[in-house]
Amino acid sequence: MTETAQRTALVELADVSKHYGSVRALEGVSLEVHAGQITCVLGDNGAGKSTLIKTIAGLHRHDGGTLSIEGEETRLSSPREALDRGIATVYQDLAVVPLMPVWRNFFLGSEPRKGVGPFKRLDIGLMRRTTREALLRMGIDLRDVDQPIGTLSGGERQCVAIARAVHFGAKVLVLDEPTAALGVKQSGVVLKYVAAARDEGLGVVLITHNPHHAYLVGDRFVLLRRGTMVGNYTRDEITLDELTQQMAGGSDLDALRHELQRS
Amino acid sequence: MSAATERTADERILRTSPLRKLLSRPELGSVVGALAVFAVFALAADGFLRAASLSTILYASSTIGIMAVPVALLMIGGEFDLSAGVLVTSSALVSSMFSYQMTANTWVGVGVSLLVTLAIGAFNGFVLTRTRLPSFIVTLGTFLMLTGMNLGFTKLIDGTVSTKTVADMEGFPSAHDVFASTLTFGGVDFKVTVLWWLGLVAVASWILLRTRAGNWIFAVGGNQDAARAVGVPVTKTKIGLYMGVAFGAWISGQHLLFSFDAVQSGEGVGNELIYIIAAVIGGCLITGGYGSAVGSAVGALLFGMTSKGIVFAEWNPDWFKFFLGAMLLLATLLNAWVRKRAEATK
Repeated sequence: MTETAQRTALVELADVSKHYGSVRALEGVSLEVHAGQITCVLGDNGAGKSTLIKTIAGLHRHDGGTLSIEGEETRLSSPREALDRGIATVYQDLAVVPLMPVWRNFFLGSEPRKGVGPFKRLDIGLMRRTTREALLRMGIDLRDVDQPIGTLSGGERQCVAIARAVHFGAKVLVLDEPTAALGVKQSGVVLKYVAAARDEGLGVVLITHNPHHAYLVGDRFVLLRRGTMVGNYTRDEITLDELTQQMAGGSDLDALRHELQRS
Repeated sequence: MSAATERTADERILRTSPLRKLLSRPELGSVVGALAVFAVFALAADGFLRAASLSTILYASSTIGIMAVPVALLMIGGEFDLSAGVLVTSSALVSSMFSYQMTANTWVGVGVSLLVTLAIGAFNGFVLTRTRLPSFIVTLGTFLMLTGMNLGFTKLIDGTVSTKTVADMEGFPSAHDVFASTLTFGGVDFKVTVLWWLGLVAVASWILLRTRAGNWIFAVGGNQDAARAVGVPVTKTKIGLYMGVAFGAWISGQHLLFSFDAVQSGEGVGNELIYIIAAVIGGCLITGGYGSAVGSAVGALLFGMTSKGIVFAEWNPDWFKFFLGAMLLLATLLNAWVRKRAEATK
């Protein structure tokens, strides 16, 4: 039983494609997300990473191939549906509402209420307490859950968003370039929480263009270039150097090195 | 109570001084402004502090305040409604003309007016969310269309620019009581609109701070894409906000009708800006996501005090607009500063 549960991927994409009119944004991409594992999607700008995310997050439907959630083939029609199926997506820049307090952000869209009829109201005490506890469980110790989330650093905001997905019982966490705008130290902090989410048993999709960050935590690596998949490896099939090489476009990098060489 | 213990539980927060807490309230600027204006007129105008004057000021404030509350909520939700001013007139016209032409009880007209006004509000929200055009354009369109329809239909049906009086119609006295009567508390007369106003402020504050809908309003105004991504029904929230403005317009419109018996169809143009100004002075960010209902009420009160105070002080009323502009600028500057502080360590 556990064996089959292990083998059935939480999310599986097989040969998925997406077209915007005559533009081919994604073609023949396959990937698997397993519980307690991190699947990294690597690619340069314009490689199709955002399109891939939007497909998994339910923001748009794929045109070809299959998307299976826990072995069941499906087409997601809205972000809400993806959330209900256990897929939580944390976007790089639009994860939070900056002027709202941390605890209001934490429960946004899933607010607990008490009371009946027209007097149904937010359970504010519970919301504050739970926010604090859920953050602590992920190892995030905030001074004050009442401060506007905009006063937190970029890394802290990502962490709150991750803690929130974990708290609301997400099975799959999709992270869109969580380290892109961060310094080295903050990137490390965020990756620590990504690992913490994995240890909680979530399947994680980590989208990034940084092979070093990916290799620190990743179990599987999917490489995209210009909308097509150019590689799909498990950790023991590839080294960091090979990954970096592949990611940079292999021979392209050699050509660039040659061009930039000082004479 | 539990919140208080939680907050002191962390040793890194030494003690939030009451002053600091006060500084982070959105209403701060307007309250300071209101106190200053009150002090100026209390000294400059002899009759300003008399009970009768205060009741005049409250009445003037309430007629603006009833609309400033839903307009503030809409602004927190990140949108404008330029049709709010003429919608009041439309609402009064529908009510008056329906009762008169159908020779029905005035309450029937009041009910029909509610439905029509809410439908116009819903139309604003629907067009906005469907087309994704800026609300400035969408409601500018409805503003112009309503202005034309108000005049056009009134001339078509009544032959002049004002409606026939409904004062002798069935149901008028009770409708007058509800929307336009004068109440006496401790020897001082108050218009019933003051009660409507305070009621709206209380309900709007409850919605904003204590309900799920309030959370959604702040969220769609603060970061619409983030809100949508976590499952907030953005479209429903926005349409609801426009219907809220319509509801305010309905109350104001019925007041207009039942206090003057007849409606001038050209009225209301320009008032939409006054509502927006009251909301902004009251601490609403023009870009959305921040503000309060109480603030809009203080903004409306400032408005009422200035417009009547200038009369009591026997100054040239031309100065009113100058004061208004200066207050608006100051309030907006203060808001910008608050927002910067809130997003300081990005």
